This record gives sequence, structure tokens and C-alpha cells, in this order.
Amino acid sequence: MLVDFFTAVRQAGVPCTLREWLDLVAALAADVTFASMDDFYVLARTVLVKDEAHYDRFDRAFAAYFKGIESVELDVAQLIPREWLLNQWQRWLTEEERQQLQQHDNLQELMEKLYQRLREQKERHAGGNKWIGTGGTSPFGAYGDHPQGIRIGQDGNRRHSAVKVWDQRLFRDLDGDATLGIRQIQMALRRLRQFARDGAADELDLEHTIRATARQAGKLDLQMRAERHNAVKVLLFFDIGGSMDPYVQLCEELFSACRTEFKHLEYFYFHNCIYESVWKTNMRRQHNRTELEGIWRTYEADYKVIIIGDGSMAPWEVTHPGGSVEHFNQEAGSVWLQRLKSHFRKVVWLNPMAERYWDYTESLVLIRQLMEGHMYPLSLSGVEEAIHHLSR
Amino acid sequence: MTRFSGSDRYIAPSDLQLAVNAAVRLQRPLLVKGEPGTGKTQLAEEVARSLGLSLISWHIKSTTKAQQGLYEYDAVSRLRDSQLGDERVHDIANYIVKGKLWEAFTADSPVVLLIDEIDKADIEFPNDLLLELDRMEFYVYETRQTVKAVHRPIVIITSNNEKELPDAFLRRCFFHYINFPERETLKQILHVHHGDIEAELVERALDVFFDIRQQNGIRKKPSTSELIDWLKLLMADEISREALIEKQEAQAIPPLAGALLKNEQDVHLLERLAFMHRRQKG
Repeated sequence: MLVDFFTAVRQAGVPCTLREWLDLVAALAADVTFASMDDFYVLARTVLVKDEAHYDRFDRAFAAYFKGIESVELDVAQLIPREWLLNQWQRWLTEEERQQLQQHDNLQELMEKLYQRLREQKERHAGGNKWIGTGGTSPFGAYGDHPQGIRIGQDGNRRHSAVKVWDQRLFRDLDGDATLGIRQIQMALRRLRQFARDGAADELDLEHTIRATARQAGKLDLQMRAERHNAVKVLLFFDIGGSMDPYVQLCEELFSACRTEFKHLEYFYFHNCIYESVWKTNMRRQHNRTELEGIWRTYEADYKVIIIGDGSMAPWEVTHPGGSVEHFNQEAGSVWLQRLKSHFRKVVWLNPMAERYWDYTESLVLIRQLMEGHMYPLSLSGVEEAIHHLSR
Repeated sequence: MTRFSGSDRYIAPSDLQLAVNAAVRLQRPLLVKGEPGTGKTQLAEEVARSLGLSLISWHIKSTTKAQQGLYEYDAVSRLRDSQLGDERVHDIANYIVKGKLWEAFTADSPVVLLIDEIDKADIEFPNDLLLELDRMEFYVYETRQTVKAVHRPIVIITSNNEKELPDAFLRRCFFHYINFPERETLKQILHVHHGDIEAELVERALDVFFDIRQQNGIRKKPSTSELIDWLKLLMADEISREALIEKQEAQAIPPLAGALLKNEQDVHLLERLAFMHRRQKG
């Protein structure tokens, strides 16, 4: 039952497991929904999908899988004269009657029976439990109640509007690959927390106090410990100006998320590629620069380095001495990037450009080789992957 | 058991009703997510009310531990009692403080258990509750007893998406995302909360409300609960209500906007937009 549907949903990238599929079958067996496509859609979504980011994938899989069935319905409707299906009987079944209804295992079988009945039946029919007509409990026809029935020529779904919710794709924006807001970035960055207790012991450790007191047979023995805080240290490098202008808002959001999340956070700016120096204030970038040599000396190797840039420039800005557009650099950008990578243990590059365009820019290909694959798109899933790499 | 179908003061769309009913029928916890202010917490209250069950709420904070939901061993008062020579000290059961889950498991009739804002807790928190929510039982080490649910409670869990929940936990839950209500649903909600307000006022207020929500760059979008508060203010204040209905062009900031916008950047943004709007006119 529903094995193909389950496989289709999994193939669409919704991470659902056997357990959830069994739940869905159990829910159908417990009669949570009746013969309604809309109800089945909501039920399957409730049971199988556990993250609203996956709703859109589910919607697409659902639409693709059930397209066949919707169109079968139309063909059949054309075969049957409409007068048979006038709205005459509206029968509501009790639980008992429902269980007495014959269960048909799959659609194929149901369709075959339908055609067989169509051949046998020649006149209009209402009520009853075998012939095609209205208001009955036969699996075929309209306005009736059969758990696995096929609806023929009914004006809209009786229990709901017939608008197919899954075709509206309301949840498209929630997909994890879309770019992100401040709050979401903060949540992603939080995974980079490494709690540590160091510094002065100025917090009462209740548990150890009790244990120590018990060991001394009731004589109070106070135990102190240091406060727990996030020990992760982060170094940010922002590409600024030129081709980065369209991404200013995105970078701003990332920056404000980072600033509130980490106690030890330092940031620097660069243009296009990192050379021998970077700067902290854009107004005074010509005067107030920090040598990269100074950065090695100031920040230890356990700083996590995040570089944010689109990596789009002329290839010689990476490969050749003197390639920079702003000044004459003695050594090539690639040399400086290599040094940065060899000093710090963890370095990632976040790119605000959509991943599908990465292969079309030569400099980007070069930089990705230099970063050994640790370039991630600046989207929620990209940031999550990057943080995963940094925290390992 | 009766079906949940919203109530006279809570509008539940059909998909939400179905999710609740499926969770109740199959006795699975229901995880509810959605924008802040879409009535996630209220859902549990209304489910309890409409099914005629009592509600036990467990509000989670960043310091909450899973163990606190089961029971706590109050070692400090036992220590104190022992130093004062109290008789109670000999029975450890006197110092076991029952948590919300214990309460829900041993209640005389089925209850609705709300675990509110589970994402606020530590990342391991949901994992520590796997077995308890699955089998509805746990073991008390101090007194060597197993507490087993007499009636399986209906568990409703809310999350604001601040943390990713572990897969093992998600597999055991049913999940529903409360979508932001559409215009028609919002009208019903307003009707439920404020009874008969003039249709004109509602229409205008909804126009303004959706305008603001659609504005690019707004940091905190106003939600349903803020809309309800705002209308409450408007109804109390005769003058601004007329200003809203007459839609004065000169004043493009809606009256009493403070109820809708919660941070100064958003207010500035709206003011700037209003200013540009006026300039285009003039």
C-alpha cells in the first residue's frame, strides 16, 4: 500500500523513514481521512514531512505522483452520462458500515472493476452499493462514501474546495536553499558554540557542593567553578566594493548576526582578493591597514576564519604578482591565500553568488581549488555546511 | 473520542484540524511550528477545552533540563532536614518532586500536555525525552519505581524554529506548520475576538496590515496577535479610527502603528516610505 508514493516522496528529497510510512498506513487504517484527496494530502504531509522547508518538495512530489489519477478521473467522467450523477442521495456512513465496505487494494483493480460495471450497467442508478450512480456506497460515482472510491463528475469536493493545495506551492520560499535572514543566520552560527569553563571560579557548583558535603558527613563544603561561555574565536574577512555591491544587505545581515553571537570576533575588509594587507575601516583604508604578517602574530591558529566574497575578478588578480586592481602587489593573491590557509586550521569561503554560476568564472574555479572545496553558498544550507566543517 | 474542530474563540483551518485529529487518533505527539503570533500555544488550550480535558503546560526555558519534566530530587532540603534531625529524612520519596510529565502520566483522566517552545532548551533536550514520549513511561532511580502513563496524554509541542530538532525526535512526532492566515481567515479570527466591528474598519485595517507585511525590508513582520491588539486600540480610540477609515493621504503612517511595529528601524522605514510617497504626489 502506497509503496510507490513513499518512494516518490523520498526521491524528491524529503527525509522520511519507514516508521513514518507505517504511521501513514496506520492513520489510513484508523480512518483519519475519508475518500478525499485534500485530506489525504494534509494527512500525508503531517505524518511524512517534519520540516516546513521540505513542504515544497513534498508538494511537487505529490503533484507529480497523483497527476495520473486526476486525469484518469476526467476520462471516466466523459464516458458516463451526466444525468446518472445528479445530486440525489447524500449518504453519511456510520463506522460500522464503513468497515463492511469492500476494501480495494489498488487503483488498477478498482479501474478494471469500473470498466466491467460500465459494460454491465445500462441505466441510471441512485443509492445501492454496486452500480455507478449518486449517493451510494459503491466505490464508483459521486456524492458517496467509500474509503478508496473514485470520484466521477462531482462538482468540487464535497468536504472541501477542490483547489489543489499542493499545486499552489505556498511553501516555496521556505526551502533551505533560499537566502536567509538575520535570525536564521544566528541559529546556524550557534552550532559553532564550544562551551568551556575558564577564568576565575566565581559560580557556586551546587551538585559538587552536595556531593562534597555528603562525603564529609554533612559538614558544608562549598565548591566553586568558572562561568561557562562560548570559547569559539572567529575571524571574518569581507570583500567590499565592485561586484559585491548587490550583496551588501546580505553581508550586513551576516555581519550583524555574527557580532551578537561570538565573544571573540574580529573582522577585516579586502577588495577582490586577499593580499599582503587588509583594513578595518573603509573610510581610512589607504592609511590604516593591517599587515597579514601581523594577523598571524595576533590571532592563534585556532581562530575559525570565514571569508565572504564573490571571488569574481580577473584571473591574474589571483595568479600573478602585480595583478591587483588597486595597487602593485609583490606576491600573487594565491600565495597569500595559501599562507592564510596554512596558518589557520579551519578556513571557509562563503559566496553570496548562486552556486550554479560558480563554474562560469575562471577566478572562482581557481579560488575553489585553493580552498580545497571549502567554498559554500551564502544560503541557510550553505552556512550550515560551512559551520559543520568549522566545528569539526 | 470526539473530533477537534476549532471553537467559538479559536479558528482552526481544516488542515490543522486534521493534523490534530490524526495525532490524537494515533497517539503521537504533534509538533507545531509557525510564525510567532499565529496561535501555536493557544492551540493546546483550545484542544483541551474542546475535547473537555484538562491542560498541563510545561514552558521551556534555555536552562530547562529534560529531567525536570520527569522529577527532581530535592537534595538540599533533605540535607537541611538531616541536620535538623527531621524524621522525614529516612524516606527518600519525600524529596522526589514530581515534574509535569509525571503529573500528566498519572492523572486520573486523559490530559493535554503542552510542551511550549521546545527549541529554547539545550540541543540535547528533545533526545532526552525520546523514550518517555514514545513509551510514555520512565524509571525513577532514587525510589526504584517505574512510572507508566495511565492514560496516554495528548502531547502538543510548539517550536519557534530557533534550533534544529534531532531527527530521531522528529520521526516520533507528527508535524504541522501553521501558515500565516489568509484574508478571509483573518476576518473570521477578528470576528471571534472582537465580535461586531464595522466591516469597513476591518477591511481598511486588513489593507494596511497586509501592506505593511508585504513591505520589503521590514525586520519584524506584524503577526495575527499584533493585528488583534491594534484593532483593540483602534476601537478604543475614536479619532484614529476615523483617520484610518477616511484614509488620509497626507498621513501615510497608520494611526497607533506602535502596536504593529516593534522596532525603531521598521518605524523609520515606514516613515521614509511615507515621505517618498508624499513627494511623488506633490
